[in-house]
Amino acid sequence: MSKHYAQDVGQVVTTRTSFIDDIINLARKSSIFYLLFGLACCGIELMQTGGPRADIDRFGSVPRATPRQSDLMIVAGTLTYKMAERCKLLYEQMAEPKYVISMGSCASCGGLFQLAYSVCKGVDKIVPVDIYVPGCPPRPEALTEGLLRVQDKIVRERWFAGRREIGQRAPGLGIDYKVSA
Amino acid sequence: MTPEEIQQSLAAKFGDAVGPLQPANKDPWVEVKPAALREVCAHLKADPQLHFDCLMNLSALDWPKQNQIHVVYHLFSYAKKHAFILKVKLDRASPTVASLEPVWKSADWLEREQFDLLGVTFEGHPDLRRIMLPDDWVGNPLRKDYAEQPHYHQISTTRESPLDGFIRLDEMKKRAASAATATATGAETPAAEKKELPQ
Amino acid sequence: MTEPRRAPENPTMEMTSNKEILRRIEYTGDMLLNMGPQHPSTHGVINFLVQTDGEVMKRAIPEVGYLHRSIEKIGEKCTYNGFMPYTDRVDYIAAMFANQGWAMAVERLLGVEVPKRAEYCRVIACELNRISSHLISVGTMAMDVGAVTPFPYALREREFINDLLEELCGARLTYNYLRIGGVAFDLPEGYADKVITFVDHFEKILVEFNRLITNNEIFVQRLAGLAPIPREMAIDYCLVGPNLRASGVHFDVRKDLPYSIYPELQFEVPVGRGEMGALGDAWDRFSVRCEEMKQSCRILRQCIAQIPKGESMAKVPRKIKFTEGLEAYSRIESARGDMQYYVVAGGGENAYRVKVRTGSFTAMGIIDTLSRGLMIADLVALIASLDVVAPEIDR
Repeated sequence: MSKHYAQDVGQVVTTRTSFIDDIINLARKSSIFYLLFGLACCGIELMQTGGPRADIDRFGSVPRATPRQSDLMIVAGTLTYKMAERCKLLYEQMAEPKYVISMGSCASCGGLFQLAYSVCKGVDKIVPVDIYVPGCPPRPEALTEGLLRVQDKIVRERWFAGRREIGQRAPGLGIDYKVSA
Repeated sequence: MTPEEIQQSLAAKFGDAVGPLQPANKDPWVEVKPAALREVCAHLKADPQLHFDCLMNLSALDWPKQNQIHVVYHLFSYAKKHAFILKVKLDRASPTVASLEPVWKSADWLEREQFDLLGVTFEGHPDLRRIMLPDDWVGNPLRKDYAEQPHYHQISTTRESPLDGFIRLDEMKKRAASAATATATGAETPAAEKKELPQ
Repeated sequence: MTEPRRAPENPTMEMTSNKEILRRIEYTGDMLLNMGPQHPSTHGVINFLVQTDGEVMKRAIPEVGYLHRSIEKIGEKCTYNGFMPYTDRVDYIAAMFANQGWAMAVERLLGVEVPKRAEYCRVIACELNRISSHLISVGTMAMDVGAVTPFPYALREREFINDLLEELCGARLTYNYLRIGGVAFDLPEGYADKVITFVDHFEKILVEFNRLITNNEIFVQRLAGLAPIPREMAIDYCLVGPNLRASGVHFDVRKDLPYSIYPELQFEVPVGRGEMGALGDAWDRFSVRCEEMKQSCRILRQCIAQIPKGESMAKVPRKIKFTEGLEAYSRIESARGDMQYYVVAGGGENAYRVKVRTGSFTAMGIIDTLSRGLMIADLVALIASLDVVAPEIDR
């Protein structure tokens, strides 16, 4: 059974997943455990997103304190150079397949701290980022949308049907993207 | 006690080491010679009339124009509810002053912070090392002549703007249209820079 | 009442650097563990170097600076009004207080008087923020000690406050509400009723909260007698706010060095009494915060009843400039204690030096002394009871 997934914003991304792929991806996307990596103000909004009102536990996402047990790292807050090496260490301790959400403008590009000497201008200098969630801090609804986009990414992955191109992930995932303008 | 009375009692005991009350616009302060700082502060804490039991704040200021670094101490007394300000002027090339950690324990971390950010050395501090910045950081950032390094541990410290070389869609179409008309008329066309939207 | 758990006297341990400690533990067989910087129980990114034999700690040295965002340096490059959002980030959980400290310091330099209505708006916003900050503090303290349930309760109440503050100024967390000379927006229509509805609802929740954890036997056994801080030590290390009041020092900036409209309001200042264990132990620090929330509700009711009509901002020049060298000092009672701003004006539109002295910074200095001989779980409870947050320490 092949499905076509369309993404808005003017580009069509297609991939063909088989039935087994669908089942595996459904299980994976419904239980994304995220690493509690709240560094600064966005960390409070991360807590509130996991809290009672904008509850991401209903999507199956629970916070884990250790990177060994998490699939998703939500970098919530400003990354300083002192913290950057630890961030890389934590990312490497996570097991594949892993995803990174860069939450907030400080994590995406340095935010309002462009004139700061000790702030790393963007976490994507350290780790590869899948989804950028803008905001200062982003509302819980915005972070939930970011999580749903990660789920969209997960749902498009292929496990068994032939490998055409190796994506950025470890080998074993054949991701077939065909982009047409 | 008012600041005038405090300054008078200090001047009576220490004479020259304590300067006159500076008529600052908002909070009057007193300059103390660096050599006498420890004794003055010990007296301020121990004297039952003054009883300054808390060092609230310790800041250092960099004045390159006067070639000095000023260290400002804000003191407070919970018993008598009065506050006082001391200033010490140090040479900018090698700013060194006695540590007040034996007098007030809160000076421990406050002095470490000013050592880290401005390079002021506090003699007699038990554990003077960097506190805010990584241990291998070069420079004292809060100085006025601080220059940021281009890299820290292979992480570049700048971020190029995503709008560099970015051309809007309508602008791109306009250029394509003018290039088409130019080739139609046979004129030379400059190479159009096209940078696609970042993925 | 249980015996207070004090650290045993250990006169041979002097202050040493990390390298010295590493050298020493080779001979003693202890472990040197890193607790943090990414840890669910340290309040923010703080690292503790813990020398332990597995359960009992010999030293716990805090290492900070993982969130040092150079806000003081940015203060030298921003205009006075433009620096207001950066003060939010100095303490994002109690951002209104940080805003107020900066506004008061610059208003002192300017010599401008804030209109009465603006002061009332400030106090309403600040006291709402005090409640929401204490909710996080109390909720995370309960969670660190092991009771996970009160934390979502606290977050639920905090969502109501977030709604109120969002209606007031547009943001849920980093408000940027105050301006030099007043506040940015006046109270919206019907705001007073909403605040009163919330306060009515919240006072009942506080009763429930106290029944659930404050007098809970397990909670008391965990926190009572833990790291009692004597009065002289608290003053010497310059602890402020609820930490200082829990040790028996009756000092609150709102009462003793009054600012804004606090002289016109009636409220009490809760002081620790050593009810459950020693005076100044972790349980006292916890209960002082719960009491403060109750007093904040009282202040909110009075403010809503007494707020006058008027302007929400004074007339200040568009470009605020001072001569170089003018300095001012402001002190406010933030949720975490006495927050102080030392501003030295530069010649133009920027400040020359901004120094923010926060309560959490000096509270970290006391952890090393207090934690000798405690168990690792007690360290977690100690940090939680001191209510340290990483942005206040690192700025």
